[in-house]
Formats: sequence, structure tokens, C-alpha cells
Amino acid sequence: MQMDPIAAISTAQGQGGIGVIRVSGEGSISIVDKVFRSASGKTLAETSGYTARFGKIYDQDEELDETVVLVFRAPHSYTGEDVVEISCHGGLYVTKRVLRVVLAAGAQPAGPGEFTKRAFLNGKIDLIKAESVMKIIEATGKSAARAAVAVNDGAVSRKIAEVTESLIDLSARLAVWADYPDDADFDADYNSIKEILSQAKTRLGLLLKNYDEGKVLINGVNTAIVGAPNVGKSTLMNMLVGAERSIVTEIPGTTRDIVEESLTLGDITLRICDTAGIHVTKDPVEALGVDRARARLVSADLVIFVIDGSRSLTDGEVDLLNSIKENKNVLAVVNKSDLEQVLDCDFLKNFVKDVVKISAKTGAGAAELEKSILRILEVAQVDPSEGILVSERQYFTVKNALEAVKEALSALKSGLTLDAVTVSINSAIDGLLVLTGERATQVVVDEVFSKFCVGK
Amino acid sequence: MAVIGAGHAGIEAALAAARLGCKTAIFTINMDAVGNCPCNPSIGGTAKGHLVREIDALGGEMGKTADECFLQSRMLNRGKGPAVHSLRVQIDREKYKNTMKYKLERQKNLHLRQAEIVEISRLDKNFWSLTTRMEAIYRARTVIIATGTYLKSRIFVGEVSFESGPDGIFPSSFLSKSLAELGVRLRRFKTGTPARVLRSSIDFSKLEIQNGDEKITPFSYESREIGGNRISCHVGYTSARTREIILQNIHRSPMYAGMIEGKGPRYCPSIEDKFVRFADKERHQFFVEPCGLNTDEMYIQGLSSSLPEDVQIQFYRSLPGFENAILMRPAYAIEYDCVDPLQLNSTLEFAELSGLFGAGQFNGSSGYEEAAAQGLIAGINAALKVKNQTPLELDRSTSYIGTLIDDLVTKGVSDPYRMMTSRSEYRLVLRQDNADERLTPIGREVGLISDERWEVFEEKQLTKKRELERIKNAVIPPSVEVNAMLVSRETSEISTGTRMVDLLKRPQITYDCLQGFDLNRPEIDEEIFEQIEVEIKYEGYIKKQLSQIEAMKRLESKKLPTDVDYSQVLGLRLEAIEKLNLVKPENIGQASRISGVSPADISVLLIWLKQKSQRSG
Repeated sequence: MQMDPIAAISTAQGQGGIGVIRVSGEGSISIVDKVFRSASGKTLAETSGYTARFGKIYDQDEELDETVVLVFRAPHSYTGEDVVEISCHGGLYVTKRVLRVVLAAGAQPAGPGEFTKRAFLNGKIDLIKAESVMKIIEATGKSAARAAVAVNDGAVSRKIAEVTESLIDLSARLAVWADYPDDADFDADYNSIKEILSQAKTRLGLLLKNYDEGKVLINGVNTAIVGAPNVGKSTLMNMLVGAERSIVTEIPGTTRDIVEESLTLGDITLRICDTAGIHVTKDPVEALGVDRARARLVSADLVIFVIDGSRSLTDGEVDLLNSIKENKNVLAVVNKSDLEQVLDCDFLKNFVKDVVKISAKTGAGAAELEKSILRILEVAQVDPSEGILVSERQYFTVKNALEAVKEALSALKSGLTLDAVTVSINSAIDGLLVLTGERATQVVVDEVFSKFCVGK
Repeated sequence: MAVIGAGHAGIEAALAAARLGCKTAIFTINMDAVGNCPCNPSIGGTAKGHLVREIDALGGEMGKTADECFLQSRMLNRGKGPAVHSLRVQIDREKYKNTMKYKLERQKNLHLRQAEIVEISRLDKNFWSLTTRMEAIYRARTVIIATGTYLKSRIFVGEVSFESGPDGIFPSSFLSKSLAELGVRLRRFKTGTPARVLRSSIDFSKLEIQNGDEKITPFSYESREIGGNRISCHVGYTSARTREIILQNIHRSPMYAGMIEGKGPRYCPSIEDKFVRFADKERHQFFVEPCGLNTDEMYIQGLSSSLPEDVQIQFYRSLPGFENAILMRPAYAIEYDCVDPLQLNSTLEFAELSGLFGAGQFNGSSGYEEAAAQGLIAGINAALKVKNQTPLELDRSTSYIGTLIDDLVTKGVSDPYRMMTSRSEYRLVLRQDNADERLTPIGREVGLISDERWEVFEEKQLTKKRELERIKNAVIPPSVEVNAMLVSRETSEISTGTRMVDLLKRPQITYDCLQGFDLNRPEIDEEIFEQIEVEIKYEGYIKKQLSQIEAMKRLESKKLPTDVDYSQVLGLRLEAIEKLNLVKPENIGQASRISGVSPADISVLLIWLKQKSQRSG
């Protein structure tokens, strides 16, 4: 039996060099075909089971990553359904974007233990394993619930709740209007309904748009590595990420653009970027890099300020520290501890939250650096993978609700009667309530009786 | 089989069972209270009108009798959309009672008896034993309890309270104890009714008149010519003085003095409740409805109360036009025993007591129509059980009746349940105009639809199909006239020949306005045109709802055993275990609608089900 297509990141998130996205269910092959272009030009539909294809994943025209895609055809797969596995190179950030395009192409986010559940339902797993699956669902469900609570305290959830409330209120008014025609107090006014729906549309649309902005639980901490030229920023980044991503040379000003990478430190994800050294330069290309570095500095949640310990602070560095110390979490990393130290660390502590000495070259001080970052962010307890699970579902919740609100608006504008409009409003409410398990029919009726004086 | 109570639920139950060939006895405490309407003299209303149409489509009686006894008819919500059109009629209360009683008397296989049932017990594996107050004993294979508001009922008027059923009829005081001994969980609900005022004491010139429809739609698909409106109703508003009197005397209300423990309906508040709970509203609307042609009693909708009689006289006389009002019957609140419907299956049989069924207000609902709908289903199922046939279960997607029953037995109730269109997620499909299409084939299969009626039904469906075919092919050519009409209705002109079906998709275009351009229009029933128009205009929505219905049906086809202890199912959350054990859902679909059961719990249930079938297989 093939069920609706689902997708999820199926490798431990943020760990390791490869991220795998698994898509399973009816139509999963054609869904991935929408976002994958193979090097050979062959589609996945033309690909037989147990076969790999090399190619690229695209978000519309933007290339996201080079990938290897594996096709399994039902019933010869883990779940017994058609399955596609996409192996990405990128860190968590890229893997998540790939997941996002797969979801946008028509898959639903997988629930806790859902792949294994399907595997069992299709007879792929034996009875004894099934019991452990139920335990997994229970455990994942619990931790997802914990993460949901964490996310629920956030601004995003509050905004979702506000929109939900406004829609429930509108739907309750329309219910009174339909179910209590003798109660003359409420007039279903076209303009006010349109106004409320348009507002809901704008707010839900904004939520979706802002979803990608760096927040600890959702996308990791937006981190910038800054500092004067040739203090060792790129070497530090390479040390953190463990791959030669930035070009490291002895010539100052080698990094002219922003290099971004995501990595996991302890329990949290850093969306980290190496910036061009900030200094006055006459090279126009380099100047552009410096401007970008400054802009990145403004948006960063965490700034790692790299200083060369073998010399004292320059005026430019003091100016830069002064300009960011009020609003930013700044961690000073004194590099080149392998050389003779000249820098006055006590003076430096006036500007920053912590000072850590390392040698990017030898790797000394890496553990201290990690501890210090976690301490500054005060998020050592948060498990980002839970947050991502919930946030991804929240994203879809909002997306589906937005579709329904748009549908309600177009029904209203086209002159259809309001009973059709309320059906769409209620499916928007149902969509938004999906995480709490309530139903529109119930909450709307409750709202009618608590807010309106109706009946004989 | 036996039916306890001859109100709206009992009547439908008994008629259905007898018509299906069961030897049936129906018991009433008072032979003059059969089919009584102790509250408003009207049938139908929003969503309730849908229920009556559905009862009729299945082969029930309420719609026909309402057509025979109606005094004024209105199709509510015209212009608000086809999903919420609802028929409501004022009826002649005495005539309705007499008509129903006479129908019971003449029904083959049916025996109407005046007797109070005081005890019910298991006789043996197949039979229940019923004992009357006079100590006669009846035995029955299946029993339907439809005691309405009579079970241990108590009336409250201010400081005065006494044991009584509605309208001064004896309550049923002993049956509750017997039910409790069988393990049935009972609870106390409350409802109320306004005063009846003498017509000649009201000055109607101070009230606004409310007339019926010119063109009358009957409830029953079998009724044809039913005549015109015979009466008018009136509308008015309470005065500042009304509010003052009520708030000054609020301490004398038994509700506010804490004398009533029963939970009252949220949607039908007493006038004192309205002034207290909605303090910012200065006035409230009321309606004056005649109780019949041969009486001057007037029902005052909107002003139910349990304040003392002297306060009632004062506040009724504060209404415009009521300065000299004479109260013939005072308003009162009534408290009664009913069952927690979570103990019932969707056949309305008690899950733990085979052969025992509940219907109507006894199940925690409110309203004549809700009662009749349940009575019909309970009656059909009690008969099918006697005949050893598959029970009838209507799911939510088939009807308001199915929605009503599913809400009762899955979600339970915290106050008397009233049907509303907002309660159905499938309301664009469950319209009052297509009740026959949805349910008459089911009624036919059950055996309540006569050959003659079936023929008419099939003919109508055929005509509809032909007309649908016709408008898919009929092309309207562009012309100055047609474009003038389109522009006048604020929709775009046509430049090429356009199919009728495509024009009808436009919200602004109706069958009526195409009349002059649609040259080969056949002479068929108006309502077929209306129905087709609705189905074309709302096609997208209807299709979407139908696909939701399909998805739900897949979940409902996965049956759950009802004898399982969910605490033994590994992986369920505690809250889900409690709720599932309480409701004992019959299938996965029903389980998914229980609040507190999450999608993860449903996953666990699916795996557990599969595991179970593998073990046993």
C-alpha cells in the first residue's frame, strides 16, 4: 500500500559530512523529479530501482547542492513504498533548504517514526521490531512536544495564535449569522470580512517570508567571524568547520566575499560566515567585500572577533569593537597563541563577553572556544533537531492555512455566497489548529456560545 | 420490541420498527401527551430543518406531519447560500399531537399503551423485562429509552419547585434507579420554556409583523399541495424596564440561588441569563407565535425564565404591547436525568448492554428534530437487531443525522446538544435540497421507502441527469440581448457561443436570467433547476469536500475492537488512553476525532491494529 508522500532529513542533523533526505510514498519519484536535474539528463521516472543518479538540486533556478539521488521502487524499499533518498554535501543549512524544496514540491513533513511505521504496515518489519517502533514514536512524540512547547513560547507561535483567533472570531460571527438568522445584531458585512481575511493573508504571508531568518531553534545562530586582515579568520573557520572552505594564504585580503557554513557545536547549530577583513582599502573588489562584512555584522547574533595575539590592538580594531560592544554578543578570539603574546587581554575584556586564546594553526584552545560560545549563547540545553522538526511542521501549517485564506478571499471576491467562504475559513482554522489537535467545528461553536447572545 | 416514551424520538422509533415488521409496543405516561411540543410550536429552523428533510428522506414521519399541521412556513437564510437554507414552520400544536397519535394508533404491528415503565432488567440472554407502575410485565428483545425530559424531572419557578414532567404531566420517577443498577451513567441537564400569554391581552400594533413565504416548500418529498400560510408571527424588543425588573430580582432565580444543579443549554439562555451574561446588551429580541388555530395561547420565544411567577408577570408586562398581558402558563425551568452518550455506539445501542438503545433528549440532545432523528435511527437499528441484520450506521459525511450522532457518541456533551450548520464540516454537500439524493437509497435498502415513492425518486434523479447533460451541450450564442443582460449583472460579455453550464458557473448568473436565451428548456420541477445550479456554482468546493470525505472513509473503514483496554497498548499517551477507554471508538476515523488523541496516537493505533491482525492471522 502506498500512502501520501512524506519527507524528512533522515541523518542525524548537523552531524557528519553528508545529509540524507528521504522521500517516501505515492508520487515521491515525480516530486523529486521536480527539483532534481541529473547530469546525464535522465529523469528519475526513467530510473529503475536500486539505481543512483548524480546531479543537482534546484530551488527554481537557484542551484542548492550537488547530490547523489537513490531511487527505490515499491515494494523494494525500506518502507515498501516508492522511496527517493537525496544525499547532500552541505551542512545543515543546505540540507534543510533541500528538504524545503522537496516539501514545496508536494511532500508533507514526516511525523515522528513515520517511515518505520509505514515499513511495518507494509510488512517490511517483523512483529518484535514493531513494538520498538511504537516506543520510538512515543519518545519522539514526547521530545517533539517538548520542543513544541519551546517554540510555542516564541514570537512565531504568538503570531500564529493571533491569526487563528481572528479567524475563529470571524467564523463564529458568520456561524451566528447563518445559524441564528433571527438575531438581527450581526450583519455580515462584505468589507469587514474582506478586511479581516486580507489581514490574515498578509500576516501569514509575512510569517512565511520571515521564516528563514536566523533564529536559534529554527535555523541556527547567525554568526559572523570578523577582524582585521590576516589575523587568521579563515584558518579559524576552517578549524571550526573541519574542511578547507576559505582560501587561506599569507596575503592579507584573500577573502573578498562572504563564505557561509553551518556547523554543530555541542547541541547548537551555528550558521557561520567568514568575512573579508574590515579595513580601509583602495581595491574596489576588496572594498565591496568589506561593505558586505559590515552588513553581515549588523545582522549577526554572535560575533567572533579575531585578533592577532602577537601584536597589540590597532585603532581600527578598537573603533570596530566600540561600535559593536553595546548590541552584540561578542567573543574575542586571540589567535596565534603559538607565537609570542603582546596583546593586553585585560584591556580587551572591556569590550567583549569573553576572551579565548587559540592557535588556529595548531588547533590548541578549540575545546575552550566551544564552551565559551555555548556559555555566551546560554542555549546549551536546546536540541535544535527537535526545534527544526516542529518548526518545519509549523511552516507547513502556516502555508496550508494561507492557501485556505486565499481561497476564502477569492470566493468572497467572485461573489459566491458566504457559506462557501466559511468552509474555506474553517479549513484555514483546521490547518492552524493541527498542532493542537482541535477542530474548527468545535472551537467555532464554543466561540459562538461564549461570545454571542443567541437563541430563544 | 418496546419503546419507552411517545415524544418525537419515541414516535419515529416505534413507527420505523413496526413498519419494518417488528411487533412493537410504545409506552407513554399520559395518552394525551403523545407527540407533545412542550416548548415552541414550531418544527425546523437552521440545521433542524435539514434534520427534518433527512428524516423524511429516510422514510420517517416528522416532515409529513409538520406539512399537515403547519400554520406558517419560511425558508430561512435565502440569499445566504444553499448550504444554510433551512425550512422552519409554525405548527398547530394540538393538531400535531392528535395527528401523530392517530398515526400510531393505525400503524400495523404497533401497540400504543398508557403506562409508566418503572423497571427494566435482563430477563435472559435474548430478552429484556419491563415492569409498569401497575406491575404488568412486558418482555422485549430490544428496548429504546426515549424518556425526554420526564426522567426524575423537577420544575422550578422562583422559590417553588416540585417533581413534575412538562405541562403538568407526571414525571418518570423510578426508571433512573433501575438504569443505574444496570450500570448506566446518568447526569442532570436543565432546560426551560417561556410563558404562554392570552392573545387578546396583547396589543399587536406595538409589534412588528413577520409573515411567511409566498411560495411554500414542503418538508416532505411526498407532500405536494399543502396550502398557504394561515397565521402571522410578531417581533418585539424588551424595554429598559424589563432589564431593571429582572436584574433587581435576580437573587430570586433558582439558577442564581444555586438550587438547580443541572447543566442548561448554552444556546438557549433564559432571559435573566442573557441580561447577566451579556450585560452590555440593553435589550433583547422576542417573538410572539400562536400555538394553534383553535386556541388563543401565544408562545413568547426568547423569554424563557425560572424567576418567580410574580416577577414574570411584572417583566412580561414591561414589554411593548404587553402592558395588560395575561399569563396563561408561567415560564419554568425543568431539570431531568439523561445519559452520558459516550456509553452509546453509533447505532445508538448501549455498548455494554446489548439490545438496549437510547434516543432523543435522554441522550443529552435538545430539540424535537434532534430527538426525532435519533429515534428513527434507534428504531431502525433495534428492528434490524431483532431481524438479525447489519445495523445502520450513518457517518458524518452522509448527513446531519450522522453528524449529530457522531458528535454525541464520540465527543460527548457538556450541555444539551443543538444541531447547527456550523457543526458540519461537509455542509456544502449536506444541503437540505439534496437530502433525498443522499438518504432515500439508504431508506429504501432499510425498507422504509415504498415502491411508489422509490419510483418517483428514481424518475427525479433521471430527469436531473438528463438536464445536466443538456446544459453541458446547450450553447448560447452571443447577441446584443445576452450581453446586455450579462453586463447588467456585472459580469463579462461573451464573444463566442458559450455553453450554458459555463455561464451558470458565474456567481451572478442564474437559471432564471437565462430563460429567454435557453430555447429548449424542458418543463421540469423548479427544484431540479435550483439543485443543478448549486452543484455547478459550488462544484470546486463540493469536489474538495467529497475528497475529504473519501479520506475520512478510509480511516473509518479501519475498525477498532470495542472490548480493548487501551492502557495495554504500548506507546499511547496517558491522555489518549483515558479518552479512548471512555469513548471506545468503533474505528480509527472516530478515534481521530476525539479531542486529546493526537496524530502520533493514531499512528500507534494503526500499528497496533496491524500487529493484532498479524498475530491472529
